[in-house]
Amino acid sequence: MLAYLVRRVAMTVPTLLLVALTVFVLMRLIPGDPALLMLGDSADAAQLAEARRQLGLDQPVPLQFMHWLVQVLQGDFGHSIANGQAVLPLILERFQVSASIVLVAVAIAALIAVPAGLIAAWKQNKPLDVAIVGGATLLLSVPSFWLGLLLLLAFGMKLGWLPVVGYVPLTEDFGQGLLYIVLPIATLALIETGVLTRMSRASAIEVLRLEYVTHARAKGAPESQVLRRHVLPNAFAPTLTLIGLVLGHLLGGIAVLETVFTLPGLGRLLVDAIFARDYPVVQGVLLFTALIYVAINLLVDLCYPLFDPRVAAQ
Amino acid sequence: MRLRANALIGGVLIGAVLVVALIGAMWTPYDPLEIDLLSKLQSPSATHWLGTDEFGRDVASRAMAGAASSGFIALFTVICAVLAGTAVGVLAGFLRGWTDRVLMAFNDALLAFPGILLALAVMVVIGASRIGLVVALTLANAPSVVRVVRGTVLSLREKEYVEASRMIGNPEWVTMLRHVLPNCIAPVSVLATSMFGWVLLAESALSFLGLGVAPPAPTWGNMLSGARSYLESAVWLGLVPGLCIALTLLGINLLGDALRDRLDPRMQ
Amino acid sequence: MNAEAPFLHVDGLKLVAERGGNAVVDGVSFDVKRGEFLAIVGESGSGKTMAARAILGLLPPGIRHAGGRITMEGTELLTLAPEALRQLRGAKIGMVFQEPMVSLNPAMRIGAQMAEGLKLHTNLSDLQIRERILAMLARVQIRDPERCIDAWPHEFSGGMRQRIMLASVMLLKPALLIADEPTTALDTLTQGEVLDLMTELAREHGTAVLLITHNLGLVSRYAQRVVVLRKGELVETGVTAHVLHAPAHAYTRQLVDALPRRGPTTTRPGTPEPLIEARQLSVSFPTAKRGWFGRAGTHLAVDAVDLTVHAGETVAVVGGSGSGKTTLGRAMLRLAAASGGEVLFRGQPVPASGKALQPFRLACQLVFQDPYSSLNPRQRIGDAVREPLRLVPGMSAAQMQARVDEVLDEVGLTGFARRFPHELSGGQRQRVAIARAIVRRPAFVVADEPVSALDMSIQAQVLALFQSLQKTHGFACLFISHDLAAVEQIADRVVVMEAGRIVEQGTRDEVFDAPQHAYTRALLAAAPVL
Repeated sequence: MLAYLVRRVAMTVPTLLLVALTVFVLMRLIPGDPALLMLGDSADAAQLAEARRQLGLDQPVPLQFMHWLVQVLQGDFGHSIANGQAVLPLILERFQVSASIVLVAVAIAALIAVPAGLIAAWKQNKPLDVAIVGGATLLLSVPSFWLGLLLLLAFGMKLGWLPVVGYVPLTEDFGQGLLYIVLPIATLALIETGVLTRMSRASAIEVLRLEYVTHARAKGAPESQVLRRHVLPNAFAPTLTLIGLVLGHLLGGIAVLETVFTLPGLGRLLVDAIFARDYPVVQGVLLFTALIYVAINLLVDLCYPLFDPRVAAQ
Repeated sequence: MRLRANALIGGVLIGAVLVVALIGAMWTPYDPLEIDLLSKLQSPSATHWLGTDEFGRDVASRAMAGAASSGFIALFTVICAVLAGTAVGVLAGFLRGWTDRVLMAFNDALLAFPGILLALAVMVVIGASRIGLVVALTLANAPSVVRVVRGTVLSLREKEYVEASRMIGNPEWVTMLRHVLPNCIAPVSVLATSMFGWVLLAESALSFLGLGVAPPAPTWGNMLSGARSYLESAVWLGLVPGLCIALTLLGINLLGDALRDRLDPRMQ
Repeated sequence: MNAEAPFLHVDGLKLVAERGGNAVVDGVSFDVKRGEFLAIVGESGSGKTMAARAILGLLPPGIRHAGGRITMEGTELLTLAPEALRQLRGAKIGMVFQEPMVSLNPAMRIGAQMAEGLKLHTNLSDLQIRERILAMLARVQIRDPERCIDAWPHEFSGGMRQRIMLASVMLLKPALLIADEPTTALDTLTQGEVLDLMTELAREHGTAVLLITHNLGLVSRYAQRVVVLRKGELVETGVTAHVLHAPAHAYTRQLVDALPRRGPTTTRPGTPEPLIEARQLSVSFPTAKRGWFGRAGTHLAVDAVDLTVHAGETVAVVGGSGSGKTTLGRAMLRLAAASGGEVLFRGQPVPASGKALQPFRLACQLVFQDPYSSLNPRQRIGDAVREPLRLVPGMSAAQMQARVDEVLDEVGLTGFARRFPHELSGGQRQRVAIARAIVRRPAFVVADEPVSALDMSIQAQVLALFQSLQKTHGFACLFISHDLAAVEQIADRVVVMEAGRIVEQGTRDEVFDAPQHAYTRALLAAAPVL
């Protein structure tokens, strides 16, 4: 088992390098002088010369990559052109907002979806199953930004229960802060419940077909025990993978929700930076999000052996 | 029978959208770009079936044109992604060795990014344009096709009929084209349907953010973005584009389900 | 207590499929006496599995009960309340399934799974449960019971898992054990071991056994009475010896006749020079590296084997799984890379690859084992059979078509050219595979377990076809099998392999009547024959 864990972590290193390389290449592909891009139009000649030296623009490209990589590894993601802030701390600050919403939403969704999928699979093709699948499909067909707008309209404007714009961190004022994030979390949770329910149902159906489930029944185990001890652990593993994927994708797509609900999250940071041509921030967010995504996938893979001992033996 | 219900509802929805898109490409009741400030923000009526927006443009016409626009972008993207992905996947899976390792390294690098993020990044480099969108979205989706095709090829290689082809004396490329490739069609088509839905949603999201198709050209995403200021006062502006996206995605999902069930070897 | 009263009484059982409403089991009645061993025999589609599952109320979704009764010691099983039925399952009636690879939960340790039954039906303490499990594991000859309890299912081979299943089920000392094709997925030697074990355990505890199988040989060896099913109907029942030696019904007679019998000794006018010859042929596979710094191991599948096949003769290669017989066949055809030695065809060495290999390919062919994966599902039968002809230089389209039609006639599939594989049965697909192999009139054909995946009566037909084709066309054949019965009918010479080496060879009569090597004797003893 330890060999599996070590091997899996080690496999991440080349991926991380490739990710860094991809971001580096993408940024260099942007037409224009890299130094100018990184410092903005208001930089003077001296600053530009300094930047060129730092970026190593007179050196071969692979060396430039090494320079950049070293800086990144030291935590230096550059500075925002817009407000001069150091990029990494800015990203971390915004990440907290995005991450808290995504994590809570997915957790809620998983808590509903996994049992719902299991029950739907157990009663396959009966009315309950059709209803659950139908509902799940409806939920996941709705675009998140539209659902967010509708909820905002209903609860924010028409009913006036919840605020329409703004954000207060939970650490400052828990009650107030909660009001601001209820809608975005609800939106996300609704949609992801649809996605996860279908997956959970599909993998539970696979497992229910298998003989060890029939064997458990043949031993005289009551249905609840069969579902709990035999179906759930085996069906959960693929769902876990999907949860990881979902988390990663949401980190990428959270931008739209943050725009709808005017939240100071990572997605909106990226979009604003793109519009403002604040390339250091763009680069930083790209790199950071990709790294988090790789980390999430790694975590999921490391948890897999807990559910499927066959994996650990490889 | 659930299969038929899925296929039926999905088919009807997609059929309707297709028809609207095809018509919208050629004709709309009003010019989608025509500004008529005198008729601005009218609710749905006999003259403007779905009302007008803040510039007096006919919402129905814009929705139809948007359907055509989004539809074409999604279609081209899926075609490009499937072609490119299949070619790479077959090469990697069949040739193995260093070709496989290098190709998969690049593929994994692309897969290490969440799709929308990668598309965003490419848009930053290329700039906003329809071609740019297609390229960006293709790059975001082709890696999944590569993975699926390579996986299928790897499992098919072990099948006895592939060995039989070698046994007869067929050169490797004949085996690949005649026996392996046709059997990749099923998993790829399932992927392609869900990809179509994803691309549609991604394009809408990007346009909503202002990074996709730029106004005044209409697409459901940017129509929704424009509707934000009028959410309460002109409800139809917010409802129409969102409903269009939702119904289209629902149709795609249902059809995709029906397709997957139909192709499931256990149901045969 | 009247010892003659049946313990289990099935009366007019009728099961139908939800979709289509056709009867899967139609009015079947039989008894099981206390402690007796009854076999239910039938081919696929006979309804034997469904009948057995109905006893435990474990019908799969899509099949429902439509008539008849099942009584056990006076209790009506089919109308029993779910809770009461649950109490019976495991405790009174135990079931062992066919696929040992999927009948154990991969995410649960062995000990936990075995204890589940005891926990459900008894009040024993954990310690007592553990003791019983250890004792039973030792009884089924698991080498290290202590370690086994904490181990995971994937750490064990198919045969060992079946023994663990048996142990798990017998722990509860049920009065009836239902065994649904428990050894079909195992090789001959292991089959015998598992069934012997089952019989012993059953005798010790006074458990009645209901064995579901398609293998008449096993029936004749183990079962006291037999029930023959065909397409859901009961065809014949009685004491095993009577039914098998003097079958009353035509279908039973057909099944019994389908058992391969030793054919007459043929003296083939063979040429003294060999057609194809393997000299010191070795094949080794790399095994996975151990850890980060371990050396990659190699597994020697075929160890310096010398084998000769003459024109027109049939050489059978037999052995258990892992003996290297399949690898040898493939290596001789240059489908698997040899790590040592050479292959000579008509006196000339055969290259390992490249253009020079083409004439060899034209003259030698392979019939694959699995009829369900040896044909491209998207290719029509006619095209599949024609494909090899496309590589024959100088054959016109008309000639190809004529040959395809001719060959399809020979295998009895006239007019099937336009069909797709999924429209054909297993036996028909195997005929296509044979047609494809002989369409170029090869000199040498390797048949890799060509009938193992088929039903009994179909096996006989395909073997007969093979023999007649060989008589007509005179090709030499290397027949690989673990089934000694099939080999007995068709082989001129027999070669026995174990762990990559040839341990015995000779003419068929020599090997079958006077086996020299211990392994050969074990194989013969394990092969159930009438």
